Amino acid sequence: MMSAPPLVAADGLSAGYGTAPTVLHDVTFAVRPGEVCAVLGPNGGGKSTLLRVLTGELAPRGGQVTRPPLVGVVPQTERSRLDFPVSALDVALMGAVSRLPWWRRPARADRAAARAALARVGLDELRDATFGELSGGQRQRVLVARALVQDAPLVVLDEPFSGLDATSAALLQRLLGELAGEGGALLVATHDVGQARAWPLVLCLNRSQVAFGPPQATLTRAVLERTYGSDLVTLPGRGDVAVQQHHGC
Amino acid sequence: MWGLLADPWVDPTTRRALLEVVLLGLAGGPLGCWVVLAGLSYSAESLSHAMLPGLVLAALAGAPLLLGATGGLLVAATAVALAGRLPGIGRDTGVAVGVTTLFGLGVLLALARDTPAGLGSLLFGDVLAVSGADLWLAGGLVVVVLAALALAHPTLLVAGFDPGVARALGRRPLAADLALALLLAGTLLVGVQQLGNLLVVALLVGPAAAARLLTRRMPRMMAASAAFATAAGMAGLYASYHLEVAAGAAIAAALAASFPAALALRGLRTAVRRPTPAGTPHSARAA
Repeated sequence: MMSAPPLVAADGLSAGYGTAPTVLHDVTFAVRPGEVCAVLGPNGGGKSTLLRVLTGELAPRGGQVTRPPLVGVVPQTERSRLDFPVSALDVALMGAVSRLPWWRRPARADRAAARAALARVGLDELRDATFGELSGGQRQRVLVARALVQDAPLVVLDEPFSGLDATSAALLQRLLGELAGEGGALLVATHDVGQARAWPLVLCLNRSQVAFGPPQATLTRAVLERTYGSDLVTLPGRGDVAVQQHHGC
Repeated sequence: MWGLLADPWVDPTTRRALLEVVLLGLAGGPLGCWVVLAGLSYSAESLSHAMLPGLVLAALAGAPLLLGATGGLLVAATAVALAGRLPGIGRDTGVAVGVTTLFGLGVLLALARDTPAGLGSLLFGDVLAVSGADLWLAGGLVVVVLAALALAHPTLLVAGFDPGVARALGRRPLAADLALALLLAGTLLVGVQQLGNLLVVALLVGPAAAARLLTRRMPRMMAASAAFATAAGMAGLYASYHLEVAAGAAIAAALAASFPAALALRGLRTAVRRPTPAGTPHSARAA
């Protein structure tokens, strides 16, 4: 059987900000419908830059990018304004805006979709709560609900598990599996090497592409050392590796 | 008591002034919410001050103040943009240098020996000299500002809440910035003639900042801000009539006073709610 064409692909992609030097070089990968791809890399390694190119926020400096016209996006919650007077439902409803012309306001059906999305992430009861007053995990789930309302074939998530409590992390893990099962493609920037092993594809970045492929082939000690350098630590006991986390992008 | 309340409105001059401040409040109150949330309060104040040379030149030439204010605003916006692009100069410094220079130039022109007296009305406005044409202009401003805010609401919300993701959500932060800048300029142009160069920004910032203290949702914040602005306009006119003080300054003082009033109201509300046992979780409340 022929595999489906990639939903998102890059070929020799490079990117940077303004007049500053290029921060990401030579990235080549492809993700098909139903696949989850972990994006691993140290802080400053180019994960967020890649995601910004894929959402259209940043234009590539070189190479080719193929992406669907509509991309669902779950940013780090720190990038949202916590002092903004909006409810969880208002934020989820912003997902509907991406499908509307600029002069149209979300309709009743869009509100129903936003409520359904909040229910799916377990936050229906907190739909009227102010976004900035929710816990970090709850805010992350609201942003996931917003991406669900976008109803995009590709969803990119920037360190969505960062700072999540165990309940929220389990719920998010299950939700990502469901979305992939429904035919969506997902790119998830993460620091968790163990988690990346559970997904079909891994893209390792350290200012340029270190490796791309299934975790069995990519998550070798040599690749991880080239990806993380001195941030890689060996766990006592079985010899597993983990990444020392420094907060940042 | 009735006389105290009704006397000011016997005179058609104060009735027209009241209608003018209500109209300006209906436009400036809701717009001010976006100005405050977008962090444009300083820019609003700067632009209104920097248009002074244009106003003075228009007054000297006998031209409509609106024309002078438009010219002043264009020069101010250009000066601020250019100063901000100089190497090693940040935007704030650029704004400060551009605005101070232009404001100083305006005062210099206004205080020149050959200039007729009248700087006071440019700086502090003359809300009691409202003409029929001014009222039509303010009415038009209300229609344009409210229609534009209604149309642009999703864009302003998305771009304001999460500018980094706005493009992925199909909206351009630049479009939101431009829409706000144009509405801000239009409101300053209309408001400056009645409230004056120094005080017009109080219309945009005071009520909106007060409304933010008492509300948690954008539509309610905008409604509360319009209510604060119109109430402060009325209070200022009462104060002007009964205390025999300048109307524009009294209105500006009332607009600014809406912030400490809202602060006190919020404190009172918190104190009243505090005794409830256990109560609603903080995160689940919505005003």
